[in-house]
Amino acid sequence: MTRSVRRTSRPSRTSRIHRPRRTHLSHRFLQTAAVGTAALLTLAACSSSGSDTTSSSSSELSGTVTVFAAASLQESFTALGKEFEKEHPDTKVTFSFGGSDSLAASITSGAPADVFASASPKTMKIVTAAGDTSGTPATFVRNQLEIATLPGNPDKLASLKDLTRPGLKVVLCDSTVPCGAAAQKALEAGGLKLTPVSYEQDVKGALTKVELKEADAAVVYKTDVKAAGDKVEGVDFPESADAVNDYPITLLKNAGNPEAAKAFIELVRSAEGQKVLGEAGFLKP
Amino acid sequence: MENGPAGAGGPAGPRRRRVRRTVPLPLLLPALVGLAFLLLPLLALLVRAPWSSLPEQLTSAEVWQALRLSLVCATAATALSLVIGVPLAWLLARTDFPGRGLVRALVTLPLVLPPVVGGVALLLALGRNGIVGQWLDAWFGITLPFTTAGVILAETFVAMPFLVISVEGTLRAADPRYEEAATTLGASRFTAFRRVTLPLIAPGIAAGSVLAWARALGEFGATITFAGNFPGRTQTMPLAVYLALQTDPAAAIALSLVLLTVSIAVLAALRDRWMTTT
Repeated sequence: MTRSVRRTSRPSRTSRIHRPRRTHLSHRFLQTAAVGTAALLTLAACSSSGSDTTSSSSSELSGTVTVFAAASLQESFTALGKEFEKEHPDTKVTFSFGGSDSLAASITSGAPADVFASASPKTMKIVTAAGDTSGTPATFVRNQLEIATLPGNPDKLASLKDLTRPGLKVVLCDSTVPCGAAAQKALEAGGLKLTPVSYEQDVKGALTKVELKEADAAVVYKTDVKAAGDKVEGVDFPESADAVNDYPITLLKNAGNPEAAKAFIELVRSAEGQKVLGEAGFLKP
Repeated sequence: MENGPAGAGGPAGPRRRRVRRTVPLPLLLPALVGLAFLLLPLLALLVRAPWSSLPEQLTSAEVWQALRLSLVCATAATALSLVIGVPLAWLLARTDFPGRGLVRALVTLPLVLPPVVGGVALLLALGRNGIVGQWLDAWFGITLPFTTAGVILAETFVAMPFLVISVEGTLRAADPRYEEAATTLGASRFTAFRRVTLPLIAPGIAAGSVLAWARALGEFGATITFAGNFPGRTQTMPLAVYLALQTDPAAAIALSLVLLTVSIAVLAALRDRWMTTT
């Protein structure tokens, strides 16, 4: 292949201007395609070699535990993963954090995961319905909504009803994602109608708009307000009690490393795990 | 450029003549893999489409709202790109100033920048609290996030480089001597641009516009980051598709199908007219 390229490119250099452009492009395209295929093959080779680390089944835990977890669990689960690796030195915990729904979609389409921790039972049901879980999912924490507003609460927001004030820029999560569904529930519980400026695609998107001061307030999880530190201020509201999200966790059927995965779930549900999650703002189940 | 002519003009034996007609296997195979890789996902979309429920999926008011907004915003973004992008391309192609190479690199940056980063950057510049946006808000009471204008700006940011690159390339290929002739005959430089250069590079502008329009139509990351998501105001089709996927995959597939059809229809229609004439 390289030989023919070299041979044919030489005569053209002397008469470049007179050649039609199209041929030049297609030749370049084919060259690029060949390189691209080589890259794809390399990728395939890499991905097949990654799975043989999870085959051990001895009493001493080892290998990799792959955990798919809701984005809101990022801080606490990362801490728990480090703790787990310290307790079991031969293991490694890898995480994929993201929207629960997209994680559930990747699991049902065959993503190699051992543990799934979702932000809502509804999302968990997608995975159980597809027959991809092993055992019954257990609720390990609950998360409550809170109003996130600018530091110092300049608009003097004190209740969910205050968000319906005209002129106030409020963002909500879209009702298709768990935080949006919960917010709708809370609004219904309070008999309130609220038109936000935007329905964000996830809770972090909603919070970011407040952090950047583009929006005056957002309805997000308590844990997100806590994780944002002093960039936002949290305002509790009583209707949030009617819209608490349960977080279920489960072992997955196609887990490559079920022993270590079970041990990780135990750690999450243990007193120690609950302490870490409690510090992040989660409620006990 | 190299392949065909070399086979025809070189010292060709009988073997060479045959090579000229057939495509060598090491090229053909990866090329077919590449073609399959690009077409397979589109095929999957057609295979898995909920054909039976498609009519009711597509007649919902929300779909038409999102589609109309997508078409309006992509067209407006293309128009805006034309107004400010063509002069920019002319500047890059026809004038010489220090640091022009750097400017050209910066102009193409949005091509490789993750769109979400573009959206964040737009927020920091034009948002209510942004370095320019706070003055827009204070002086004129204009806030761009969460508005249709914000969608158009986000799409322009991402799509305009396609137009600029395309027009600049056409300008470089066009012979500047026509313009020089026009100016020696008494036309001002702007008249020469308007009456000579513009008609000369019209095919390039058309091709660039189509590219920019298609890119704007598909824009997701910068839009949702900068303009948010509100039905009828900032929710374009890609946003509707993404959010539908969270709860109703069938609806997402149906919406994707609409977007795919519109994109193909426009590309095909414009291709015959302009894109092949370059």
